[in-house]
Amino acid sequence: MSKHTLSVLVENKPGVLARIAALFSRRGFNIDSLAVGPTEHPSVSRMTVVVDVEDSPLEQVTKQLNKLVNVLKIVELDPGQSVQRELVLVKVRTDNETRPHVLQTVELFRAKVVDVATDAVTIEATGSSDKLSALLKVLEPYGIRELVQSGVVAVGRGSRSITDRALRPVDRVA
Amino acid sequence: MPQGQPTRDNGTTMSGAASLIRSLEAVGVDTVFGIPGGAILPAYDPMFDSQQIRHILVRHEQGAGHAAEGYALATGKPGVCMATSGPGATNLVTPIADAHMDSVPMVAVTGQVASAAIGTDAFQEADIRGISMPITKHNYLVTDPAEIPRTIAEAFHIATTGRPGPVLVDVAKDAMQAMTTFRWPVELDLPGYRPVTRPHAKQVREAARLMAAAKRPVLYVGGGVLRARAWVELRRLAELTGFPVVTTLTARGGFPDSHQQHLGMPGMHGSVAAVTALQKADLLITLGARFDDRVTGRLASFAPNAAVIHADIDPAEISKNRVADVPIVGDCKEVIAELIPAVEAEFAADHRADLTGWWRQLDQWRDNFPLGYTPAENGELMPQYVIERLGKLVGPDAIYVAGVGQHQMWASQFISYENPNTWLNSGGAGTMGYAVPAAMGAKAGRPDATVWAIDGDGCFQMTNQELATCAIEGIPIKVAIINNESLGMVRQWQTLFYDGRYSNTDLGSRRIPDFAKLAEAYGCVGLRCDTAEDVDATIEKAMAVDDRPVVVDFGVHRDAMVWPMVAAGTSNDEIQIARGMAPEWDRSDD
Repeated sequence: MSKHTLSVLVENKPGVLARIAALFSRRGFNIDSLAVGPTEHPSVSRMTVVVDVEDSPLEQVTKQLNKLVNVLKIVELDPGQSVQRELVLVKVRTDNETRPHVLQTVELFRAKVVDVATDAVTIEATGSSDKLSALLKVLEPYGIRELVQSGVVAVGRGSRSITDRALRPVDRVA
Repeated sequence: MPQGQPTRDNGTTMSGAASLIRSLEAVGVDTVFGIPGGAILPAYDPMFDSQQIRHILVRHEQGAGHAAEGYALATGKPGVCMATSGPGATNLVTPIADAHMDSVPMVAVTGQVASAAIGTDAFQEADIRGISMPITKHNYLVTDPAEIPRTIAEAFHIATTGRPGPVLVDVAKDAMQAMTTFRWPVELDLPGYRPVTRPHAKQVREAARLMAAAKRPVLYVGGGVLRARAWVELRRLAELTGFPVVTTLTARGGFPDSHQQHLGMPGMHGSVAAVTALQKADLLITLGARFDDRVTGRLASFAPNAAVIHADIDPAEISKNRVADVPIVGDCKEVIAELIPAVEAEFAADHRADLTGWWRQLDQWRDNFPLGYTPAENGELMPQYVIERLGKLVGPDAIYVAGVGQHQMWASQFISYENPNTWLNSGGAGTMGYAVPAAMGAKAGRPDATVWAIDGDGCFQMTNQELATCAIEGIPIKVAIINNESLGMVRQWQTLFYDGRYSNTDLGSRRIPDFAKLAEAYGCVGLRCDTAEDVDATIEKAMAVDDRPVVVDFGVHRDAMVWPMVAAGTSNDEIQIARGMAPEWDRSDD
C-alpha cells in the first residue's frame, strides 16, 4: 500500500461531505486523513484526502469520485511537486524542571507555545507528517495530556492553479 | 431530455406544488406511478387538474418504483414515481436500488416533512436523501420553492444522459405550500456533470486493428447497447465482421436470437457455446457490459487468453473488474458507429483474419450442446415447456417481463428475443417481485403491446397486489405463474450444495393461495393449467382476453433445474450441462 494525496474540488452544497465519505466507505477504501475548507471561489470547497491504496484501486476510487455530480475536479498531488502540511495542537505536562526542555524543543521544531498553565503548555506546530511525528516523539516522555491534529492540506508547487479549468462555465439550458 | 421551450405560465405566481407539477409537465412527463400521503399531499392537488399527467394509483410504493422502471424500459423515456415521506419514501428504496444496478432512467419525487421539522424525528420523517445516496445517480432535498423547476430539470437531465440511472428529488412540504414564481426554461447548474459520449479516435483505431487481427473474437454485448439504443449499429458491426455475439441477461433482444451469429447468453446459466466462446476467445469486444460476477464466474480464470476492448459510457466500469487493453469511454451508439468505418478501413487494407476455424469450433459447441431439458419421470408439467410454448405462441413482438429466479433464467433461455426492449427483468439487483409491477409500467407506457409477466410463485406473492391497480386502471397485463410451490432457485442450490436439505423453501403455493381465485378476486381472469396437453389451449385462452388482466397458474414439476450452470465462485471452464455432467469436449474437438 502507498499513500496518495488527492485534492478534490467540490461544489459548496449541503451533503457533499456525506457523499464523499459514504463513497469511500461503501467502496471499501480507508481514508487516512481528510481536510475540508473554502477556496478562493465562494461556490467551491476543496477537500484534501489522503488514502492508503495501491495504484489500481486508486484509479477506481478517483473514477467513482468523479461520478459524483457535485465533484468538479480531482488532482493527485505528487509529494515531490507539492507542499503538504498539517497542524497539531498538543498539551504537554510541564513543571518548573521540565518546562525549559519543552520550550527548547518548541524552538528546535519552529513550533510555538499558544497557552501556558502552571502544570502544562499548549504547543502549536505545522509541518509535514514526518516533522510532526518527530516532534510528538520528543514530547512524549514529558507526558502528552491532549492531542488534536488536522488533516493534511496540500497545494501544488509553481504558479499553476487547479481551480482555473474546473470552474470554466458550461452553458446548458433546459 | 428536457426541452428548451418557454412554456405557458412562465413568470406566473403559483404554489411550489403547482410549480412542481408544471415542471414535470414541461419535461414531458405523461405518467406518474405513486401513492399520496401527508407530506406529498400538496403536489397531488394540482396534479388532479393536469391534462398531461396520468397518475396511476398503485397499492404499494415498491410497485410504483418498479412500474416506473418498466415504463422506462418499454418506452425509452424516464419513468416517474411519487411517494410521501418516511415509509412511503423508504418503500421506494428497493426499486431505486434496482434501477441503479440496471442503469434505468427514473425520477422519484418524494414529499418531506416541513423544513422546520427536518431533523426533529417528526412524524413520518426519514432522511431519504441520506438513505438513497449510495443507490441513486444523484439526489436532492429542496426546501426553497424557487429551486423546484431547476431541480426537476436537472433531475431529468441527469437520469437520462450519460449512464442512465435513478435520481431522487425530496421536496419539503412547506416548499410546496409556499407561493413562488414559476420560471421555465431554467439554467442547469451542473458544473461537475459532463458525461463523455464521443469516443477517442485513437482508441477506436486501435480497437479496429485488434479486431481485424483477431482469430477468435467475440462481441460481448451488455445492457449498455440497449440503453444507448445502438441495436442497429450493433447488427451492422456484427454482420460486417462476421464475429460471434453473446448477449448478457440485460442485453437480451439487443441482437436477434435467431441470427446465425448469436451464441446466446453467457454467464452462470448461459449456453455452453456462449460461455465457452468467451473462455477460448483471443479478443473480447465488450460493448456496454461490465464483467459482472454472474458473467465471469471466477474472475481470475475468465477468458484467460483474451485481449479486452472495453467500451462503456461510465469510465469507472472500465478496468474495474477486468483490466482493459483498449479502453474506450463513450456512448455505445457513437462508439459502434465509429468502429464500423474503422474496421472497414482495416479490411480494405487487407487486414482480416480467417475465422473459418473459429466458427467450425463454435458451431460444434452450439450443435453438440443446445439448450434443453429432461422431462420429469412422473410426467409432471415441465416449466421449460410452458415458457417455450408461451414464447412460440405469443411471438417476438410482445414484451416479456420476468421476476427473479429459475423462471427468469428459463424465460431468458427458452424464449427467442428478436426485438430490443422486449425483455425486462431485474438483472443486477435480482429483485424478487419485479415482474407484476414492471409489466404494469410497461403496459401503461406501451398500451398497444402485449405484455406478459413470467413470474414465480414466490416472486408473485411479493407484489401481486398491483393486479388491483391493473384491473382498476385498465392495464390488461398477462401473468404466467410458473408455480413449483417453492423458492425454486434457492431450492435448486439446496439440492446441489446443501444435500437436499430444503430449509424454508417450501411455499405450499399449489394449495395456498389459490392463484386463479386470487386473480378473480382482483377483477382479473384466473386460469389454471397442470398438464402439457392443456398448455397451448390455456395460453390461447389468455391471449383472447384483452379487457382485463389475466393470470395463469401453471403447476409445474418442482424438481426441474436450470442448466447449464457454472457454480458460484468456480471457473467458467467448469460449466455443467446437467447435474454432475460436464460437456464431453472430445466429442466436439475432433
